[in-house]
Amino acid sequence: MYKYDEYDHAMVDARVAEFSDQVRRRLAGEITEDQFKPLRLMNGLYLQLHAYMLRVAVPYGTLDSRQMRMLAHIARKYDRDYGHFTTRQNIQYNWIKLEDAPAILQDLASVEMHAIQTSGNCIRNISSDQWAGAAADEITDPRPWAELLRQWSSFHPEFSYLPRKFKIAVIAANEDRAAMRLHDIGIQIVEKDGQHGAAFYVGGGMGRTPMIAPLIKDFVPLDDMLSYAEACLRVYNRYGRRDNIYKARIKILIHELGADEYRRQVEEEFKHVKSLGIDPPKAEFDRIAAQFAPPPLDAAAPDAIDRSDPDFAVWVDQNVAKHKVPGHAIVNISLKPVGGIPGDASSAQIDLMADLAEKYSQDELRVTHAQNIVLPHVRKADLYAVWQALDAAGLATPNLDLISDIIACPGLDYCSLANARSIPVAQKIATRFSDLGRQKELGELKLKISGCINACGHHHAGHIGILGVDRKGTENYQLSLGGSGAEDVSLGTITGPGFDEDGVVDAIERVTDKYLETRTEGERFVDTFRRVGMAPFKEAIYG
Amino acid sequence: MVEHIHSDGEEPAVTLDAFLSQSNATAVRLEPDEDARALIPHLDRLALIEVAFPKFRDGRGYSSARILREAGYVGELRAQGDVLVDQIAYMKRCGFDTFAPEKELNSADVEAALARWPEHYQGAADGAVPIWKLRHG
Amino acid sequence: MKLLTGNDLKTGFVTWWTGADWSLHIEDAADVGEHGEAILAAEEGARRVNAPYIINGEQTADGPRPAHIKDRIRALGPTVRPDLTLKPADPAAGDWVI
Repeated sequence: MYKYDEYDHAMVDARVAEFSDQVRRRLAGEITEDQFKPLRLMNGLYLQLHAYMLRVAVPYGTLDSRQMRMLAHIARKYDRDYGHFTTRQNIQYNWIKLEDAPAILQDLASVEMHAIQTSGNCIRNISSDQWAGAAADEITDPRPWAELLRQWSSFHPEFSYLPRKFKIAVIAANEDRAAMRLHDIGIQIVEKDGQHGAAFYVGGGMGRTPMIAPLIKDFVPLDDMLSYAEACLRVYNRYGRRDNIYKARIKILIHELGADEYRRQVEEEFKHVKSLGIDPPKAEFDRIAAQFAPPPLDAAAPDAIDRSDPDFAVWVDQNVAKHKVPGHAIVNISLKPVGGIPGDASSAQIDLMADLAEKYSQDELRVTHAQNIVLPHVRKADLYAVWQALDAAGLATPNLDLISDIIACPGLDYCSLANARSIPVAQKIATRFSDLGRQKELGELKLKISGCINACGHHHAGHIGILGVDRKGTENYQLSLGGSGAEDVSLGTITGPGFDEDGVVDAIERVTDKYLETRTEGERFVDTFRRVGMAPFKEAIYG
Repeated sequence: MVEHIHSDGEEPAVTLDAFLSQSNATAVRLEPDEDARALIPHLDRLALIEVAFPKFRDGRGYSSARILREAGYVGELRAQGDVLVDQIAYMKRCGFDTFAPEKELNSADVEAALARWPEHYQGAADGAVPIWKLRHG
Repeated sequence: MKLLTGNDLKTGFVTWWTGADWSLHIEDAADVGEHGEAILAAEEGARRVNAPYIINGEQTADGPRPAHIKDRIRALGPTVRPDLTLKPADPAAGDWVI
């Protein structure tokens, strides 16, 4: 993975010094909260429901054991002994003090971490495929491109006061494990005539008005990627709406202009930007890519897995994925214990995962947008030892992609933007469906819950989605069906009137019962829904 | 290089519309929603382009500034309005060389802001050599 | 009743105006009546509170109770982590919120 050179260190250190000074000026009253707010947001610091919340960047979801241990240290020293992994592969701490923020950023900088641009109207964390470098289906590792984009977007002087936030994802496989089509810019590295290039999808997003990003350019030569991105951003910075915060994302601009006109403007700007010489030379890409070289895995490692422990076998079947190198596997660690808080991990659990990564996974971990953790390079012969350690720490729930593997935003328990609590709903659903046999019978069922219209829980992209709303002062939950954030991307359809907390759990049970009645061989829930439509489900829910 | 501008004795910057219909103005003011490229045919007539920042959150002026420098404008490029010390460094990178903040800035803070960044990741309008070029020459 | 609430600037903790000072405990909150805006402006200007705002509440036997569940969650802590709330040992605390 990428290691900072002297320049990267200097930039992060300068940012820490800058923000430390801004905090000092705020505490001394030299700047108002209104002036300070965009500055602290650009350093990942929110003022939230219970305290300040700090969102630490995990660039394209990749980190090593040293960094993971620092995240545990921060939880223990400055917070309440746990962290929350997010739908953009980052981690959040909910009980941060402003006066501690400079020290926290210094601690992070000591292990090449930061909270730069994890909030604010700027380019956010570049996300990627959590199985990059390990999955057999990728045409290349997308993360060197994500790193190149990260550096290009960091402290970008022209794009730090955009109309709204800007999220970029980069993948390199046809299977979309990063919800790429639902980003402001989604890039897929593709192959054409023996060459690699970048397909640019621009204008996706969730929130109030969810949209799937249209294809703007099917093949941007890789040497032009940054210039093309710059052109996309400049058109947005100049023409994105600034009159209405709910219409300020690039998806609205593209929707209003039309994809063809947006493309035309970008092409014109690109021709001009390309002449500026902002694209780094291949040598810079090669320098970065060399740090993502495949780890030294022994392809002759034993392929057999001893399945005699039945609990271990169940976990292998559900949570362990195929690695491109024989004798190895991708371990998916569920942060969704039944009845637990989705995405949360205690400092002890974070330390344990760091230890396992160091010992068994080439010292590397990934954070997924589904709020789980991945050990990407584990020898099959070590899986049992890994599982035992995870199991002892409550991290071995064998529910990857099952109905209890819920994506949930923090909701009204933590977030000042929320209209309803999301975590208790997630807990009730997971408890209702806790029987593993029942879950496996239902199969792949991606359930996503947002506590407000901002859709941080990605509910529009849920096979089953739940949106918490405020209905005359009471929490109410709208149900939607048929969304997907994968390569079969689609936006969910609302079923009808909403429910209270217990009502929505009952409604989901009626939906899943209907699915089991209706499905044909091999059909996932979302496939059945797409085949038969809403009507039978609506009938089942409402009678 | 960084000045707090006072308007006494200075030729007023006319609006874009007025400039485009006048033949002798040498200073123009660009609002956030106006197209900087409208000035490109006339850059050699201009000694001053003032780019308005009515609200510091509205970042359109950063693009306007870069576009003007990229087109070869070498005159004075001034950021006017809700300009806070925390935006100065990025503004300078985008090509601004003077600043007319509504609320006067502390000059020590300005010096600190301009000295903050040792290097820069990306090329912009200030001629700074980006880090990728320092790495490879 | 009208309650004035905000966050402590340095720590971020939720605070309630008591009539004279700021408290972490909603039980200490005072009814600011029609004077809320003036107090808010003075306290925010002096940086004794951050992001303050006025809410509706009612006086109950247990003390002031905010009208909206969001502010009750702010007053106590997350409903899903009773151990992190201001009343970790009180099993009835969650009922007060909901």
